[in-house]
Order: sequence, then structure tokens, then C-alpha cells
Amino acid sequence: MNTLIAIAGLGIICLIAEIFNFRKAIIPVTIIGLLGALGLTAVEYRELISSGDVVQGFYNNMIVTDGYSLSFSGLFILLAIFLIALSHDFHKEHKPKISDFVAIKLFLLLGAIAMVSFGNLSMFFLGIEILSISLYVLAASEPKNLKSNEAGMKYFLMGAFASGIILFGIALIYGATGSFDTAEIYKAVVDGTLGDIKMANVSDFFLIGLVLLTIGLLFKMAIVPFHFWSPDVYEGSPALSTATMSTLAKVASIAAFFKLILSMTDQLPGHYMSMLTIVIVLSMTVGNLMALKQDNVKRMLAFSGISHAGFMLMVLYNPIATSGTLFYYAAAYSLTGIAAFAVVLYVCQGKGNENIFNFNGLGRSNPMMAGILTCALLSMAGIPIFSGFFAKLFLFTEVLKTGHIAIVIIAVINSIISVGYYFKLILAMYTKEDTEKREPLPFLYGAVALISLLVSIGIGLSPSMVTMLVR
Amino acid sequence: MDVSFILIILLFGAAATYFVGDKWASKAALIFSTAALAATIYVTYRYYVGETVNFMYPWIKSPKITLFFIGDRISLTMVLLTTALTPIIVASSFGNLFPKTRAFYALIMFMAFAMAGTFLAGDGLLYYIFWELALIPIYFIALIWGGGNTEERKKAVVKFFIYTFAGSLFMLVAFIYLYQKQYSFFYTTLYNLRLTSTEQNWIFAAFFLAYAIKIPIIPFHTWQANVYQKAPAAGTMLLSGIMLKMAIYSIIRWQLPIAPLPAIQYQYIIVGLCIAGVIYGSVLALKQDSLKKLLAYSSLAHVGLIAAGVYTMTLDGLRGAMLQMIAHGFVVVGLFFASEIISRRFNTDTISEMGGIRIQAPKFTSMFMILVLASVALPGTFNFVGEFEVLYSLAQTNIWLVVIGGTTIILGAFYMLRMFQQVMLGEQNAKVFADINFSEGMVMVLIIGVLLFFGLYPKPIVDFISPELERTLIYIKQI
Repeated sequence: MNTLIAIAGLGIICLIAEIFNFRKAIIPVTIIGLLGALGLTAVEYRELISSGDVVQGFYNNMIVTDGYSLSFSGLFILLAIFLIALSHDFHKEHKPKISDFVAIKLFLLLGAIAMVSFGNLSMFFLGIEILSISLYVLAASEPKNLKSNEAGMKYFLMGAFASGIILFGIALIYGATGSFDTAEIYKAVVDGTLGDIKMANVSDFFLIGLVLLTIGLLFKMAIVPFHFWSPDVYEGSPALSTATMSTLAKVASIAAFFKLILSMTDQLPGHYMSMLTIVIVLSMTVGNLMALKQDNVKRMLAFSGISHAGFMLMVLYNPIATSGTLFYYAAAYSLTGIAAFAVVLYVCQGKGNENIFNFNGLGRSNPMMAGILTCALLSMAGIPIFSGFFAKLFLFTEVLKTGHIAIVIIAVINSIISVGYYFKLILAMYTKEDTEKREPLPFLYGAVALISLLVSIGIGLSPSMVTMLVR
Repeated sequence: MDVSFILIILLFGAAATYFVGDKWASKAALIFSTAALAATIYVTYRYYVGETVNFMYPWIKSPKITLFFIGDRISLTMVLLTTALTPIIVASSFGNLFPKTRAFYALIMFMAFAMAGTFLAGDGLLYYIFWELALIPIYFIALIWGGGNTEERKKAVVKFFIYTFAGSLFMLVAFIYLYQKQYSFFYTTLYNLRLTSTEQNWIFAAFFLAYAIKIPIIPFHTWQANVYQKAPAAGTMLLSGIMLKMAIYSIIRWQLPIAPLPAIQYQYIIVGLCIAGVIYGSVLALKQDSLKKLLAYSSLAHVGLIAAGVYTMTLDGLRGAMLQMIAHGFVVVGLFFASEIISRRFNTDTISEMGGIRIQAPKFTSMFMILVLASVALPGTFNFVGEFEVLYSLAQTNIWLVVIGGTTIILGAFYMLRMFQQVMLGEQNAKVFADINFSEGMVMVLIIGVLLFFGLYPKPIVDFISPELERTLIYIKQI
């Protein structure tokens, strides 16, 4: 709760700092501020645990925090710190505008946190809009680059439709249950009481609303068949914006989706689940098969993100028990994503494209960055001792508990396919001759890549610590 | 001091090797791998006098994974094989000048760590982690330091990785499925699960895929010869000497006790596939003109026979397989080392370009001769003991299996001796072949010493492993 206010304040300070010409201080101050916010979240988490409550509501339950939302908020803040640290070198040619870039990322973080700590559908919608609008701006943040303009425009148009669908879904749910408050909706759906009136069963309007909400969020997550925007937007946007989208924004929308579903209903109808199954299988398979054919690293990571999102949605087979698993998967995926993108930013700085041949011979010219990218890719492929392996292990364990063995087998086959394209990059780094001239490594790129990878390996060595956070 | 100590030495050795720098890396690797061998011998001694050397420490709460390392007769034997071969493999690379030396030796040490972990792990998932972990170093060793055309090597190595990775992922699913039964990955718990025959069939198939690819059993062998040829000598030694033994060990430790029913039901098919590998490997070895490929196919044949011995599920078969694994480990490392010595001097891998070495290098020739004779299982060498027991177990199962398997031994003698003749004998070669130097000679003498000593006196090993194999057989037979 306090974190939300602190981060909003930090964003405004950022904008004011520009007016008073404190540009140099912006990034250090923001990072320190965010570390403070991380501390605040930890304090809140401890208070929540020691108070013995499961949830805490603020402002007429507009905001509801629990272990789930606080853990995810912590993860988002951590990701934002990394992303903002990266922007120092990434925007070095746009020094005068640095406050905009940082402030937008802060507001994006605000939206992401609101998306996991809502207690009311209107708050949820506000969160998702703050996040989306920040992303539109970030996608189009290179005004002189045609591709970036295209990406921003595409994303905005498609995203606006998705928001409209979400809004329509919320309206239908309100019509069916008479409330925006998720706790009341839950009561109406599960017990069948609307205020004092008894209802026979859940009305069809609620289910239609639920499906519309799902569609809107599947779009934000870039799940097949709502994924068509993602490769184009990822490719066109500036690389740092792509990093933001594929880590922070993606994880935030999946976390929000999970919380939304769980806070409104206790069991999902069979038809809904079979629809979700199709979407999950398609997302994993199409994402992986398309990634095999890509030469552009950003596009490849976009498709790999689509398939990972499909993996993460598998938690819905056993939603009550798997919130810890989802958190672990999200943390493993996004932290390795940041590490990988930090290397991509370094390799492709000043190149104007992100083609795979830029990575040729990196193993010789900069063994450390090559090693970091290798570890990150191995983790994404799910090779043991890296956190990505444990994420998949926990996921498969939970899903197998409910007896969905076929879906696990499909996921396993997809893991095998994914090795194909992750290794394409590794092969380029270690077996090709170095053709490109490398610029010196900016300190912050190296530091962010190393720290995020170490955190990711750390949660791989002691996974219980992370899964236990979410109770 | 328990078994975890061996792993700590190897892991620490890998890190230390990397950080001492290029100049000292090879020495550090040799020192740490020898230390690991000493530790293994000490731990085995402690086990022998009756102390428990198991290690257990809780790791992950849900799903429950424990850092559980078992030191029993089977696993200690396999770890002894690993830690005994590692210094030999390290020493055998001294003659090569590799770029990025420290990374090379650190990866060898890390590989030894992962393989020893696989042999020691008593928790199913821990075992799986080590099993997969062993794949990463060998992938990079073969990819970066391998020989030949880069594109072809890339293709071979990636194929190898994807094959083995694919196989083992199904094993992971099998383990997770088994976990749901009792919420435990402990091997004893898994042994005692009462699985229905359908469940056993699927579990057996999942395990079989992983092991058949790694051993390799026909028809999952297509990755093997190319990788053996393209990898650097040390990589080939690691692969053929130790890594494929991981799979055979795993059949004894995991597959058969957990899912014995299909192994009994489909015994003839499985043993038939293994024997088919023996014939196939021998026939292909006849036609090879590349020395490394010839050795690769002959290794395919031998390993097929070992796997056949395991799948007979008799005490003789299991014991023969264990003995043969050790013998084959030493002999194949020796043979690949010999081929590396030749290609260091001749800069070629093609048999028809060799010849006339005997005149220039009599010492090397006689050592090579002993290795060849050991490889064809001449009585008096260690290989004879194992091969005899395996054939005897096949005879108990079905006499025709021995007839077919036995003929290939004759075939093996034929192509190995012909290879010896073409490589070593003949007219004086135009190229100069210096006789082996001290460090090369030491490695060869060590290998030959082990092969001859246990060939004449196999009793210590036989006595050591038999009780544990009998216990395992009880689990296999209880159904």
C-alpha cells in the first residue's frame, strides 16, 4: 500500500528533477528510492505475516494486499531497478529526456503493482491501463525511427481494443453480480447471494464477462491466438522497451490474470478449462516453432516469451496450490530475461539491428558476457541447477498432481524444441569467428547482467525460500 | 568423511582449475582429480570396514528433494572408476595445446563432478539433476575444442545434445509421476512402490528412452560415431569411458528395480536390440577407415553386450556387466589415447595413411598391442572376465543369444587385429613417428597395469560388488 504511494511520488520527483536541472541525479536517486520501496514492501510483508491475517484491505477494499501481491510487488520493483539501471547507458544519446524514460518506467511499475494488489475491478482496470499506456509510449519512444513508430501505433491500436474488451467484460460481471468488489463478486458467484437476494446459480452474463476479461488479458500476455502484435512490436521497439515488455509487463499481466480468476471464482467451468487448454497448447507450440525460424534475437525472444507464457498459464490446472509455483516461474523467467537482454543491449549497441550474427565470436571477445548469456539461455531451456529447471519441475509436479499427463508431455516436447533455438545463439557465440568490432562494456550493463543472473541462480539453489513467500 | 567429500573436492577442483589461470590449469586439474581418487579410495575403505558413508541433508521442501548420496558397493565402484579415469584423462591431454586451457580443464573436472554425483545420488531428482548436468560440459568440450569441419561438428554435437536431452526429459516426467505416489524421491521408496503393469510399462519406456540414447542401443545410436570422431580425445574418453556407464549403472540402480515387469515381459526384444547393436557395431567397424570411428563402433558393440548382460537380470549378467564396465572404461580410454598419440604425430585420423609405426616406436607398439588384445577379451586381461560372465548369463537366458553374440567377438578380433596391422606394421612410413614420451608412457602403463592385474586377479572386485547386486536382484525379482 505504502509502496504504491512511494513509487508514484518517486515518479513525480523524477519529472520535477528535470525542471531543476538535476538530470545526473535522477537514476541514482530513483534506484535508491526503489530500494527503499523494496524495503517498505518487505516491512509490509512482515507485518502481514506477524498480524496473522491473510489479507489486508485499504480504502474500502480498493486495494487488497496479501502474500501473493506483496511477493509479486517485490519482484516487480526488483525488475524495475534493473531496467532503470540499464537505461543510463541505453539512453546516453538522449540525455535531456532521461527523466521521461525513467518516470514512465516508474509509472509502469505503479500500474504493475496495482494490477496484483487490487480489491476492486475498477482498480484493476486502472492498473492495466497505466501499464499499457506507459508501454505504448515506450514502444514509440524513438520518434525518428520508422519501425518504432509502427510498433507504437500497432501496439496502441490493438491494445486499445483489448482494453475495450476488458472493460466490457467488467461491465457484464457488474451486471451479473452487482458489484465491482472482488470479494463480493466471489460471494455472489460461490454462494449465490447477491446482497440479500438468493440467486439460483451463476448467471451466464458472469461467464461471458469472465471470457471477455480472459480474452483481453490473453492479448496483454501475448498468448496464441492473440499474439500477432508481439513479434512486430518487440522487433520495432527500442531494445530496452522490449526488455521491459518481455519481463516486467508480461509477468505482471500473468500474475494479474491469475489473481483475477482466483479472486472471483473458486472453480473454473469445464468448458472454460478446455478453451484454456487449447490456448495453452497452441501458445507453447506455435511460440516455439516460430522461434526456431527467427534470425532476429528480439523476435526470437518474443516467440520464446509466448511459449513461456503458455507454460505459466498451466498453473490454472491447479490454481489453489500453485500460486507459489507461478511466482517462482515468473521470477526465474523474468530475471534470466533481464540478464539475457542486458547482454543483447551490450552486443547490439550502435548496431541498429539485433540480428543473430552480431553475436558471432562473443565467446572470444567478451567471455564474461557470453557466459552470462549462455547461462541465461540454459536456464530458459530448463537445464538443471539453473532456476528455469526448477520452475518447470515445480510446474510439472503440480500439473501432474491433477492428472493432466498429456499436457505435461506436450510441455516436455516443447522444452526439447526450445533447445533448438536457444542453442543457435550459443553456437553463434562459440563457434563463429568474430566479425564485429566490440565497443567497451558499459559498467552498468555488465553489473545488471551479472547480478540478475546471480539472483536467478541463487533462487535455483534454494527454491523453497521463494515458493514459501507466497502462502 | 562421507561420499559428499568426493564431490566437494571435484567441484572445488573445477573452480580452482579455472581460477589458477591457463599456465597452471592442467597441473591443478591433475592434483585435484588425484586427490579425489585418494578420497574415493579412503571412503571405500571406510565403507569396507563397516562404517556408513551416506550423506543426507534436506534441500527443497515441496516437492521434497533431499541431498542424499548413497555410498554402497555399486555406487562406490562406479565412483572409483570415475575418479580413477579422470586423472588419466587429464594427463592424456597434457600433450595437446588447447586455446583457453583453463576452461578446458575446469570443464573436465566439472564433468567428473557431475558424473560422480550421478553415481552417488540416492534421491531420484538429485540423480536427474546430476545426469543432466553432465551434459553441459561435454557439450562445450566437444563444441569448442573438437576437431574437423566446424559446421559438421556443430551439427553432430547439437544432435547429440538434443537427443540426450529429449530422452532424459521423459525420464524426468517418469520421476515426477513416481513422486506423486508416496511423495518421495528416495530410491528405496521408489523400489517398494506397488505399480500396476501399465504404469510399469510406461515408466520403463521413459527410462529406456533416456538410457538407450545414452548407451546407445540401436536404433538410438545415430549420434554416437560422429560425436566420438569430432570431439577432442579427452571428450571422447569422457563420453565412452565414463558417461555411457552412467546409463548402464542407472539401469541397475533405477530402471530394473522400479519397473521390472516389462523387462521380464519384453526381455527378448530388449536383449535382441542390444545384441543387434553388437552385430551392427562390429559390421560397421569392419568398413571404417577413420581410426576414431572404428573405435567408436567397436565401443558400440561392446557396450551393447554389456547392456544385454544387464537385461538378462541374472547375477552373472549384472556382475559381468559391472566388471565389463570397468574393463571397457579403461581399455577404451587407452585405445582413444593411443589414437590421439598417433594423430598428434601424423596429423591424420585415416587408417590408410598410417603404417610403419612399429619400426620407429617399438615401445608404443607393444603397449598398443596389449590394449588391442584386451579389447578383444583375450584370456588374462580384465575384459575377458567380464565378457565371459556376460556371455554365460546370455547362455542361461537363451543359447542362441550366445551363439550370435559370441560370433561377433570373433569378428571383433578380426577387425581390431586388422586395424593393428594396418596402423602399426607395414613398410616404413615417410612421416617420422617419435616413440612415446614419459607422461604418455605413464598413462599407458597405468591403464595396462590395471587391465592385467584385475585380469589375473579379479577376486577383490568380484567379492566387493556381488552382495549388493544380489540385494538389487531381490528387488528386481519381487515384482
